[in-house]
Amino acid sequence: MTVFTLINISLLAILVATALTVSRLRALYEAAMLSALFSLVTACLFVLLDAVDVAFTEAAVGVGISTVLLLGGLALTRSREAVTPRRRRLPGAAVAILAGGTLVYASQDLPAFGSADSPVQRHPLTDTYLHQSQEDIGIPNTVTSVLASYRGLDTLGELLVVFTAGVAVLALLGPLAHPVDARRRDDLDLVDYRVLRVISAMLMPFILLFALYVLFHGDFGPGGGFQAGVIFAAGFVLYGLVFGLDKAQQVVPRVVLWALIPFGLLLYLGVGVVNMLLGGSFLDYDTLSSDPAAGQHLGILLVESAIGITVAAVMTTVFFSFANRRATR
Amino acid sequence: MTAHLPALQVLVPLGCAPLCLLLRRFRTVTWLVFLLAALSSLACAVLLATRVDDGPLHYEMGGWPAPYGIEFVVAGFNTPVLLVVSVVAVVAAVYARRSVGDEVDDRRAPLVYTCLCLTLTGLLGLTVTGDVFNAFVFLEISSLSTYALIAMGRRRRALLASFRYLVIGTVGATFVLIGIGFAYAVTGTLNMADLADRLTDLDGNRALYAAVVFVFVGLAVKMAVFPLHAWLPAAYGEAPSAVSTFLAAASTKVAIYVFCRFAFTVFGAGLVFTTMPVGEVGLLLAALAMLVGSAAACFQRDLKYLLAWSSVAQIGYIVAGISLATAAGVSAGYLHVINHAVIKGALFGAAGLLVLRLGSARLDDLAGLGRRMPWTFAAIVVTGLGLVGVPPTAGFASKWALVSALLDAGAWPVLVAVLASSLLALVYVGRIVEAAWFRDPPADLPADQPRAPVSMVAAVWALVLLSVYFGIDASLPGGLADAAAAALLGTGGA
Repeated sequence: MTVFTLINISLLAILVATALTVSRLRALYEAAMLSALFSLVTACLFVLLDAVDVAFTEAAVGVGISTVLLLGGLALTRSREAVTPRRRRLPGAAVAILAGGTLVYASQDLPAFGSADSPVQRHPLTDTYLHQSQEDIGIPNTVTSVLASYRGLDTLGELLVVFTAGVAVLALLGPLAHPVDARRRDDLDLVDYRVLRVISAMLMPFILLFALYVLFHGDFGPGGGFQAGVIFAAGFVLYGLVFGLDKAQQVVPRVVLWALIPFGLLLYLGVGVVNMLLGGSFLDYDTLSSDPAAGQHLGILLVESAIGITVAAVMTTVFFSFANRRATR
Repeated sequence: MTAHLPALQVLVPLGCAPLCLLLRRFRTVTWLVFLLAALSSLACAVLLATRVDDGPLHYEMGGWPAPYGIEFVVAGFNTPVLLVVSVVAVVAAVYARRSVGDEVDDRRAPLVYTCLCLTLTGLLGLTVTGDVFNAFVFLEISSLSTYALIAMGRRRRALLASFRYLVIGTVGATFVLIGIGFAYAVTGTLNMADLADRLTDLDGNRALYAAVVFVFVGLAVKMAVFPLHAWLPAAYGEAPSAVSTFLAAASTKVAIYVFCRFAFTVFGAGLVFTTMPVGEVGLLLAALAMLVGSAAACFQRDLKYLLAWSSVAQIGYIVAGISLATAAGVSAGYLHVINHAVIKGALFGAAGLLVLRLGSARLDDLAGLGRRMPWTFAAIVVTGLGLVGVPPTAGFASKWALVSALLDAGAWPVLVAVLASSLLALVYVGRIVEAAWFRDPPADLPADQPRAPVSMVAAVWALVLLSVYFGIDASLPGGLADAAAAALLGTGGA
């Protein structure tokens, strides 16, 4: 127990130190790298809390793709933050201190860390999710059951958030907004580095295979559509960085990518609509088969795939939209 | 299919969003898809409104009973909001075809319709959901798509306006999430009715107090309550006109509804208004919002900014009514939600007509145009009188309800603020009239300006006539508002 506490305390200390450093840094590249560190430490804390699915997502999204997107954004703009006058920093500081103070005040009456008789543990919800779900859905990883079935609408909503982000980037930065701004093809010349080229070509099948594994293994272990989609996207981004954006867009043409963004969402929605036509509620996967558990399995597999498709397509599109633009410093 | 109505209310616009993106090559088709989303939403809202008299309707998502799954709840307290959002969406859709075509370039117009579908989905979902975390998800959808829509304004300043709103709006949404997290930690549930049940035996829990504070401060950003209104003027001023029309009429109203839902049916009026001083703080901020908003509106040079500042003041009226936490007060707040949505939608629509013809909505450019564009300016005057609260306009009906509710509660200082704000409203509406009718038109005004498109004028006038009707016969909005107040203050969890 003491070792556990010590690890927690030291991770939390690193987290605080990283956050303070990020807020003081003016160089944005360094800040982006340190926020990746922040996410990594957060992911470690999630592992300690036994929330491996969340940790996996944090590692894939927070450390991986969002750092890549931050750097992609920074390449288009200045990479040094302008200094805010001291006078104008005061309101922000006041809000931060007030919010922090309220958090500390509230923490006094929160259930003890790890307590077995906290309201969350005592609520029948927890028992249903942990035990009843084995009968109703029959998936060992209850996180997937909660995410894709019990609270499937929230997950559809989160997918819609990702979709919205993709649409927003297309509208503001994408070739739809400025088709003439395309970057010249000789801007990226990482392909001249033989080691880089050979290693990334070798890694590519493994990355994509791992993404598929994460997607289809989400029923049994940590993983699922969001993580898989992000890993897919990371694979394409790596390919695009090394072999050039033109090559990457030959592999997955832009038109296909843009069709995949709405396709995943429509697939998710379609599953729900089929449930309604079969006489159930929206997203009631029981209706998909005569055996409710089999129906749940099928439904969850379909929606996880739908999530993977849209997330991968959005993340890749966002990165290519950034990379395709000429820097306007 | 009627059992599915609460779900269809949200799902049809949701499905229309990816369709718009898929069909982006056909601009007219994407517009039709958005129009379809708005019309279906209106149809669902009307059907639902006729059915809630027999008690609230529940819809269990995924077939999982609440609190294990997510439920949608339609009751007296949210049908008025559904109707307002849907009506405004239909009007905005009719209006958008020419307005978006003029202000946004052709390649991006389909994405505007996609984002409009997304915003509509988010606002409707936020209104019907009976689950606090699900509410946060829909809040995110509506917020993100709103940022994108504002950024598509015709001037580069739109990007800055959108970025500012994004930063402050994200902080607000995070506060809401922290508050929801605390509420979950002390109860173990996310279902609104279940939360309300379990929160009753948590007297004096500090985490619960913090939850209330975080949720309400976060929502106050979305409601644009003074002093968290700073994002609103630039956001509404710079967004494309069709978007300003839709957002000004619908988006803050939904945030206000969510505030009511949390205050009365989740945390409970006892905790929020008796134990905690939310009512007193609300009245104070409302009074300040009325004075500051109306005063700032008097000094604006751009019509859209003027209208946006006036919105800050009008939100003050609504917040004042709700903060009283009496049946009369909440009913007055709801009535003004309905009336102000209709009035402000019409006014922003009229401002968009001016942008279309003049390329700007600066007051100086309106000089002497009253006779050139009689229909547009007649619309502005009729609805402008509603802003002031002159009888027999819709604005008078809701202001009268508010004043009598304030009198009953003995809130004299707020009453003074309402009257002062109304006088200031007379000043800023007067400035528009003065510019349009009592100034000489510039000598070099080109004679052959394009005529305003019929569809846009018709959309604006539909709202104008609706506001006139609500002024003469307030039984429809009044009945809805009374039912809403009864549903909120009566049963609790519903």
